Amino acid sequence: MKTFVCIKYVPDTSEAEVKVNPDGVTVDSSRFSFDINDADNYAVEESVLIKEAEEGEVTVVSIGPKQSDVMIRMAMAKGCDQAVRIEDDRIAGYDPLMVAKVLAGAIKGQEFDLVLTGCMASDDWHMSTGVAMAEELGVNHASMVKKLEVLDGGKVKAYRELEGGLMEVVEVELPAVITIQTGINEPRYAPIRGIREAQKKELKVVSLDDIGVDPAAVGPDASQVILEALSIPEVVSAAEFIEGEPDEKAAKLASILVKGGLV
Amino acid sequence: MGNVLVLAEHRQGVLRDVSFEMLAVAPKLAADMGGELMVLLIGSGIDDLAQKIAGYGTKVMVIDDPLFENFNADKYQKVLSALIDDLKPALVMTGHTAQGVDFMPALAVEKNLPLVADVIGFDYVGGTLKATRQLYSGKVNATMAFKPADTYLATFREGAVEAPEPSTAGAVEKLDSPLKEDLPYRKFIEYIEAEVGDVDITQSDILVSVGRGLKEDKNLPQIEELAKAIKADIAGSRAATDAGWIPHDRQVGTSGKSVKPKLYIAMGISGAFQHLAGMKGAKTVVAINKDPEAPIFTVADYAIVDDMFKIVPKLTEKLKELKG
Repeated sequence: MKTFVCIKYVPDTSEAEVKVNPDGVTVDSSRFSFDINDADNYAVEESVLIKEAEEGEVTVVSIGPKQSDVMIRMAMAKGCDQAVRIEDDRIAGYDPLMVAKVLAGAIKGQEFDLVLTGCMASDDWHMSTGVAMAEELGVNHASMVKKLEVLDGGKVKAYRELEGGLMEVVEVELPAVITIQTGINEPRYAPIRGIREAQKKELKVVSLDDIGVDPAAVGPDASQVILEALSIPEVVSAAEFIEGEPDEKAAKLASILVKGGLV
Repeated sequence: MGNVLVLAEHRQGVLRDVSFEMLAVAPKLAADMGGELMVLLIGSGIDDLAQKIAGYGTKVMVIDDPLFENFNADKYQKVLSALIDDLKPALVMTGHTAQGVDFMPALAVEKNLPLVADVIGFDYVGGTLKATRQLYSGKVNATMAFKPADTYLATFREGAVEAPEPSTAGAVEKLDSPLKEDLPYRKFIEYIEAEVGDVDITQSDILVSVGRGLKEDKNLPQIEELAKAIKADIAGSRAATDAGWIPHDRQVGTSGKSVKPKLYIAMGISGAFQHLAGMKGAKTVVAINKDPEAPIFTVADYAIVDDMFKIVPKLTEKLKELKG
């Protein structure tokens, strides 16, 4: 099996305050901590599991700044063999269709069986890049996959997670792009030896020109959408906020629940 | 002509909620864009579904063919691609669902058309279609403007708006399938129903639900003690079930269960929209989270901004005391 796994370096904003920059179209990310996108982490694990079961090799592909090398080295420490990082500020990163063109450009012309990537990026939530990439590459796909089995005869069985926990099982002919849902496996911690070995593995840093992608075809002029404005929606809460020291808050809540007949 | 084509989604003989929800925004949008609304239904043996959705006062076009017995992304893409050529709609809208996300991006690439995904609202201003969507854990809204194109594509978030009430019956028209034979690359095998666990959380009166804030499973016992004190069942967000802290059959959310307890206590749950959609049936909601900006507070009745671990032990103690 020859596999590519596409991963993204994203900010963790789950508990962070988010502020829009004066330009109105970017956010102040200076205080965010960045790491691999959650679903991509599962995609890396799945690619390594497949490599261990079927032999072959895994190549990491990512678009991002130098700081994201830490994430890429970590994927290689877990068992991915080599990596390509595309660093180019001419990409319209807000449009997943442009991102898909760039990732496909880095893969096109090489042989592969599988391209794995997370089904959603936790920062922008499009759920579009993987499926668009499949079309760019002219191969099959299945999205939101929570269980994947490699079958004989150049096929995979993909268990797609639908709403309500229902699974849709489909057979897809390879080569294919599979977008991975969180929870498909248990991502491993990188072993110490792997971390050491990862330093010796090849991480190629390339520009759009290096991978033969026309910058004009993936930039803001090529994108058919415009990111006009970002704004912070008002958190409208009708809740009664219970104030005080932690112990007071706990006691007040207990009393509300009991007196209100809620427990 | 600014016609709006809405793909109604159905599965296992039932129209999905998002199909109706899209009808809350699509008629106005079609009027603003100077066209009419057309609902498209693709399937096999779907006369009853067509009648049902036509009862919302919309024209319904039906492609009824055994080839479409089950959803298949490749087939849907082929059909939509042909209909875009034939009908030239100004906008094609589907649900931002496991169906919609499985073929709309590929369709956009194939036809070289703009796509905005996970839309929560539309605006048509001065000839420009704009779509609102969310970023960064739902803490930022983005306004995306479509550049002029023959057809715009969008996927609409499930649960973003309330479905309208049925009105008058619209006309149902059958269309010939643009697809004449099966496609070999991808084969539907079966559906596998969600696993059933020891506790059915959809029937629970009180749920204590934990999220990423639980941090590790060694923190579970204090949650269990709280649950025991108030005879609650324990549930979790996607983060808690993915981490293996809570069994998968107890996941609350779009991809898990929809619950309707009398009391829902959310602890360390930020409240992604997928989670909120699964708990909107709860009568009273208590939210404990250290992030004051957490979306969970928008649906809470009682709120505590604090570290859950500073609250839970005392809360359990007090509840035990008060309940005697």
